[in-house]
Parts: sequence; C-alpha cells; structure tokens
Amino acid sequence: MGESIIAFLETWSPIDIVLIAQNFDRFLWGALVTLQLTVISLVVGGLLSIPLAIIRSGNNPFLNAPVWAFTYLFRGTPLLVQTYLIYYGLGQFEWVRQTALWEPILSQAWWCALIAFSLNTAAYTTELLRGSIITTSKGEVEAAKACGLGKWMRFRRIVLPSAFRRALPAYSNEVIFMLHGSVVASTITIQDLLGVGRWLNGRYYLAYEGFITAAVMYLIIVLLVSRGFRLWEKHWLKHLYPLDAVEARPKKGLASFRV
Amino acid sequence: MSGTWVTIQLALISLAISLMFGLLGAWAKLSKNYLAQKTAAGYTTIVRGVPDLVLILLVFYGGQELFNSLGTATGLWDYVEISQFAAGAGTIGIVFGGYMTETFRGAIIAIPRGQIEAGVACGMDRLTIFRRVIWPQMVRYALPGFSNNWLVQIKSTALVSVIGLQDVVYNGFVAGKSTRQLFTFMFAVLIIYLLLTAVSDLVLRWLDRKYSKGIVRSDNG
Repeated sequence: MGESIIAFLETWSPIDIVLIAQNFDRFLWGALVTLQLTVISLVVGGLLSIPLAIIRSGNNPFLNAPVWAFTYLFRGTPLLVQTYLIYYGLGQFEWVRQTALWEPILSQAWWCALIAFSLNTAAYTTELLRGSIITTSKGEVEAAKACGLGKWMRFRRIVLPSAFRRALPAYSNEVIFMLHGSVVASTITIQDLLGVGRWLNGRYYLAYEGFITAAVMYLIIVLLVSRGFRLWEKHWLKHLYPLDAVEARPKKGLASFRV
Repeated sequence: MSGTWVTIQLALISLAISLMFGLLGAWAKLSKNYLAQKTAAGYTTIVRGVPDLVLILLVFYGGQELFNSLGTATGLWDYVEISQFAAGAGTIGIVFGGYMTETFRGAIIAIPRGQIEAGVACGMDRLTIFRRVIWPQMVRYALPGFSNNWLVQIKSTALVSVIGLQDVVYNGFVAGKSTRQLFTFMFAVLIIYLLLTAVSDLVLRWLDRKYSKGIVRSDNG
C-alpha cells in the first residue's frame, strides 16, 4: 500500500514530492536559520530603536538630524544593497581587514546579514515608534506632569507603554517585512529557507520543487506570526476597542456594492 | 549608468501591472460573486505571505519550464525563453498587485454609501458611477497606502539582480568587483536608490496636495 503510493507519486505527481520529503530535514534547518536571523535582528533592532525614537520625537536638532539621516538612508534604499555593502563592500578597506573584528565577524556572511538586518529594522522601527510617541494624547502627559513625574519617569511609566501598544499593529507588518527581507541572506551564501530551496534545485537540476517548498513554508510562518499578533493585539489593545470599533467598522451593505 | 534606466523601467512597468492587478483584485473582493471573492482572497494571501524573491525565482525558473511544457503539450508554441526583465517585472507587478488590492479595497469602502446611492438616483450607470464618483475619491483615499507600496516596490526591484538582470545593482556589483572597489560602487548604487525614492516622495506629496484640494484635514488634537 505504502509503496504503491510512493510509486504513484514518483510517476504521476508533477512535482517530486518524494525528493522533498527526503530533504525535508534540510528545509527545517533552513527555516531555523531564517527564524534565527529574523528574531535576533528584530530584538537588536528593536532595542536600538527605543532610544533613537525618543531622540526623534524630541526637539534637539543636534541629536535629531543624525538619527533622521540614519533612518532616511536605511528606509530609502533596498535591504539587498545594504547587505551587499556590508558583506562585500567592507573588505575594500585595508584598515577594516586589519581590525580584530574582521576575522570572526565582518568576514562572516551570517554576521554581516545580521548587522544589515538589525540596522534596517532599527530604522523602520524608530520611525514607527516615533509616530506613536508623538501621537500620545496630551492629557495623559499633562496628568503625569500634574502628578509630579519627572521627564524620564513620564517616558517610562506613561508615554512608552502606551506608545508600544499603539505601535503594535504597524509593528506586526514590520515583523513580516523583516521575515520577507531575510531571504536576502540566501544571496550572500547563507543556507536559510530560500538558500536550501536554491541548493535543492541546483543540485538536482529542478525548476520548482525547492522554491515551492520554501514558498509554502514561508507562507505557514507568516500566517502563524500574523495570527499570533492578532491575539496579542486583542490582549494589549483591549482598552481601545469600543471607541475604535464604532469608527473603523465599515458600514454594512457598502461592501456589497458591485463596482 | 544604463543599469539605472533598466531599474526605472522595471519599476514603472511593474507599477502598471500592479495597478491593473490591484484594481481587478479590489473589484473581485468587493463583488458579490463567491468565486471571484475567494480567488482574490487566495491571491492576496499567497502573494503577501511569500517573500517576493522566492516568487521571482519560482517564476523565472519554474515558470519557464511550465510555459514550455505547456507549449509542447498543446503544440501552440515552440521553446520560448522568458527574459529576466519579463519575469522580474511580471512577478513584482503581481506581488504588489496584492498590496494594491488591499489599498484600493479600503479606499472604495471609505467612500460614503450615500454618494453612490445619489449617483444611482441621478440615473448613472455603473461605469459612470465608477468614473465620476468612485474613482476621484478612491484616488484620494488610496494615495497614502499607494505611496507606501510604491516606495517598497522601487526597493524590491533590486531583487531582480539575483536572477541576472543587468540593473543598477548588478552593474554596480560587477563594476565594483572588477575594480576591487565594491564599497564605492555599492555606495553609489545606494545613493541612486535614495534619489529615486526621494524624487518619488516629492511627486507623491504633490499628488496628495492636488487630490486633497478642498478637503479640510481634521486636527489630531
């Protein structure tokens, strides 16, 4: 019975399912590399973005300008070019190669990808957090002042917790964007999920199998992540729901109009 | 720098494709037809769930084989080679069509129903309502989302260099490699992209002002 199914798959299936099953452990490892790169760079980038967002939402021009330039540069250019610049570009300089960091970090594809991804997501997250910090309602800040909270205490207790919550829906997009962006790692020799797909196709001279498997696995990860964020939003944004629901809900019947 | 021109062409052609798919997708999502709704939902889920580079590779390598075996099976066409440009522009267009679908759908929903009913009451047919009532306002509502999509789309064109299209990234990389000055050349590529996004940003802001004429923005206080 089992053999006949395999024989059927081998002869009739348009894609080689047996080969994918045989190499499935490699795909799982690839997925692990993808998740590892995504999660670490999100954590590093997220931590970097908090002080940067506080600077960007303040009005000190000397601090504000360089942070603005950083976010503008990283948000205005493709992640692929940034990654190439760090991985291939830094080797051009002799003094970079002389430093102690060259051998263990800057010549390694994994570290370069991590640096590029972290800086990239830090830039996006900074602007996103800035947006939600400056839209904190004035009344909350005034109330905190009236209670005698100092500037840092105000940030820590009032502004940031509420800003983080309101940034959550936009941040879920950034997480998925970063997951999508991590495919760039496969172009600098890293065996991430797409890297494994490319390896499989190259090795067995195939056209679809590796890419389709990678695509399906990316899709599953993205669906799980967005489901997770929806639950999170439900928990952390509960206090905002009744008001928003009234405004944001599209009027029924409108959607049914045919255009 | 002929690569820059290739990149600009790629971006504009894929934009045209994505607008087409976006309008089609929004229309399908808002239609009463069950099949059209489900197809559009499946389309946006897949296209927004899978990274664009994976789809570009799949279309370039897999699509080629599928297209040719289809040709052999039906006997309609001989061996055809899909160019990197066609695969790249087509895939990026289809992918961003998925994002545009969501943007347009949201924009159409935002138009007050009473205006459409008023159009019906004035005896307009469906096409006239779309042209006179929905389209001008849809553009305004969709513009912020559209701007976002477009800026991401320009940057996505860099990925097509991976399948060997000689765009600005590919050319910069090859030139940098042969002169052993990869940093200099990649940095130049970076600046070119920065210029492209900066110019688009200016144009989009101008468009936004033009289409929101006569609209009073409410204060966020």
